[in-house]
Amino acid sequence: MRLALAGVSHHRAPLEVRERVAVDLDAARSLARTLTADGGPTHEAVVLSTCNRTELYLAGDDMGIAEHADRALLALAGSGAPALAPAAYRLADESAALHLFRVAAGLDSMVPGEGEILGQVRDAFEAGAPGPLLGRTFRMALRAGRRARVETAIGESPASIPAAAAALAEQVFDGLAGRRVVLVGAGRTSESTARNLRSRGATIAVVANRTLARAARLADALGGHAATLDELPSALQDADVVVSSTSSAGVVLTHEALAPVLRARRGRPILIVDLAVPRDVDPVLGQIDGCFLYDLDALEGVVAATLEGRRSEAVHAERIVSEEAERFRVWRASLAVVPAIASLRARAEEIRSAELARLEGRLPDDERDVVDTLTAQIVNKLLHLPTVRLKEAAVTADGLLYADVVRHLFGLGEEDEA
Amino acid sequence: MAELLVWPTVIAYGEAALVYAGELRGHRGYDRLGIWGVRVGWLAQTALLLAQARSADGFPWGTWAGALNLLSWLVVTGYLVWGCRPRYRLVGLAVMPLAACLVVLAWAGGGTALDTRGDGWALAVHAGLMLAGLASFTVAAAMAGLYVFEDRRLKRHDASVLRLRLPSLEALDRLAARATLAGLLLLSAGIAVGLLWLDVNGLDAAMTVALLIWVVYALALLVRWEAGVRGRRFARLLLAGVLLVVAVLPLTHFAA
Repeated sequence: MRLALAGVSHHRAPLEVRERVAVDLDAARSLARTLTADGGPTHEAVVLSTCNRTELYLAGDDMGIAEHADRALLALAGSGAPALAPAAYRLADESAALHLFRVAAGLDSMVPGEGEILGQVRDAFEAGAPGPLLGRTFRMALRAGRRARVETAIGESPASIPAAAAALAEQVFDGLAGRRVVLVGAGRTSESTARNLRSRGATIAVVANRTLARAARLADALGGHAATLDELPSALQDADVVVSSTSSAGVVLTHEALAPVLRARRGRPILIVDLAVPRDVDPVLGQIDGCFLYDLDALEGVVAATLEGRRSEAVHAERIVSEEAERFRVWRASLAVVPAIASLRARAEEIRSAELARLEGRLPDDERDVVDTLTAQIVNKLLHLPTVRLKEAAVTADGLLYADVVRHLFGLGEEDEA
Repeated sequence: MAELLVWPTVIAYGEAALVYAGELRGHRGYDRLGIWGVRVGWLAQTALLLAQARSADGFPWGTWAGALNLLSWLVVTGYLVWGCRPRYRLVGLAVMPLAACLVVLAWAGGGTALDTRGDGWALAVHAGLMLAGLASFTVAAAMAGLYVFEDRRLKRHDASVLRLRLPSLEALDRLAARATLAGLLLLSAGIAVGLLWLDVNGLDAAMTVALLIWVVYALALLVRWEAGVRGRRFARLLLAGVLLVVAVLPLTHFAA
C-alpha cells in the first residue's frame, strides 16, 4: 500500500492560486468519496483544506497513486491548473506522513504553533474516506499535534496584536469574565481587539466615538452602549480595559482629563491599549499607580518576543514530530513481514488443530481441554520470539529476507502452490 | 543519622530554587525538576522533623534555630498545598530560595539536631501557632514580592511578560491578602494561648515585638478594607511588614 500527497500551500502558492483549490468541509467530504469510488487506484482519501493549504492524501496499492493525486489536484483547480502546477508539491510514503505530522503540529503554519490547524486536520480526517493506512497516518498525526502542544509551549503565547492585548489583560486581571471594556474609536483594529476580549468573557460596556452613529453601529454588533468622546471620563471610572484606536491627529485621552479619574481608582488596575498612530493616549498616564498603558510599539515588542519563543519551542516540536515519524516508519516496515507472521501462525495452528482432531474420542472432554490449552500455550511460546525478531528485522533492510527465510523453512505457501 | 536529612532537604530546595531562577532567564522545560525538588525536599524535611519530635522530650523547636526549621517547613507546606498549580508554580521563585536559606540557618544554629531539650505542650501550641502565622506572612510577602516584580514588568513593557507568565496581578493581590488574614488569625490565636497558659511576667521584648507585628499586619488589612489600599501599595506594606519580622524578631524573641 502506497501513500501519496499532492498539495499547495502558502509557502509557494499565492492566495489567488490557493483560493482556486480551496474547498469547504462538505466539498472535501464529497471529493474524498468521489476519489475512492471511481474505480481508480485510490482506496483511501482525505482532503485537507485550510486558509493556507489544500492537500490531497491518497492511499492505494497501485504505483500510479501519486499521479492520481496530482491529477485530482489539478482537476480541482479547473482552468487555474496551469498556474497551480508549478506551485504544487508531491510527496510519497514516509515523506508525506512526516509532512502531515508537521502540519498537525503547527510547524508548517504561517505562525508556528497556531492553534486551529489541529482541529482542521481532525475535521478533514473525520470527513474523509480513510482506510487502514490513512487512518493510522492521521491518528499518528493528531497524536504528534497534541504532543507538540502539550509537551512544548509552542502554542501558549499570542501571535497577533489583538491576542496580545487580550493576553495582557489576563495578566492584569484574574480572568476576563465580566470585565468592562471601553472602546474608543470604532475602527477595525479596535473591533478585532474587542472581539478577542469578548471571546474570553469580557463585556463591551461602552463604544465611544467622535461620530455617535458609527459608535452605535459597533455597539449594536458587540453589545454595550454608544457614547461620544465627551462622555469618556465618566465611562472610564468603572472600566477595566480601554482599547483606543481613533484616527484623531492629537491626543484623545489627555492627562488633565483622565488623571483625576485614574487616581480616584486608588490603584485598582486598568489596562489601556492604545492602537492608534499617532497615539490617542497621553503616555504620562502610564506612570499612574495601577494604570498599565500599552501602545502599538510595546504590543509589537511583546508579539515579537512571543513569536521568538514559539520559534525556539518549534525546535522541541520538531523533535516530537521526528519521533512520531520514526514510529510511523517502524509501523510501515512491520507491515512487510505481517503476511509471513500471519502465515506462520496459521500453519502452526493448522498443525495443532489437526493433531488435536486425532485425539477426538480417545480422551475424556476435560483431559482434551487440558491438552488443548497446553498445546496452544506451547505454540504461542514457540512463536513469540520469531514474531518479535521478524518485526525487529522489518525495521532494518533485512525484513523481507527474514520473511522469505521463514516462508522457506516452514514451507509456507507451498501447499497452495502444489 | 536522621540529622543528615538536613542535606537532602537543602540540596532539593536549592535545586528547585535554581530551576525556577533558570526558568526566569528563559530556560524552559525543567519545570518538573523544580516541582520534584520541592517534593523531595519537603519529604526529607518532614522526616527530619518527625525524627526530632520523636527524640525530644516535648516541643523540640523552641529555640530560634529550631523555630526557623519548623517555619521553613510550614512555608514550603503552604507552597505545596496551593502553590504548585501550574499558574502559581513560579511563586517558588520567592519561596524556595528563602526556604533553603532558612534551613541552612537552622542547621547552623543547631535547630536540626536530635535529642533537643523539650518544652511543655502549651509552649508547643503557642510556638506552633506563632510560627504558622509567621509562615503565612512569609507566603504573603512572597506574593507581594511577585506582585511588585510583575507590576514592574508590565509598567516597563517587558517583552517577555507573556513568555514567562506569573499569576495575574489581581490573583497575587488577593492571595497576599488572604495569606495575611490567615497569618493574623494564627498569630492572634498564638498570642491568646501564650497569655492564657504560659507564665507571663510583664511585657517583655519578645511579647512587645509579637504585638507590634500583629498591629502592623492588622493595620495593613484595615487600610486595605477601609481605605481601599490595594495593588502595589498593599504589596509594599506587606514587604515592609516581613522586613520588620526578619529584622526585629530574631533579635528580641530568640536572643536568649
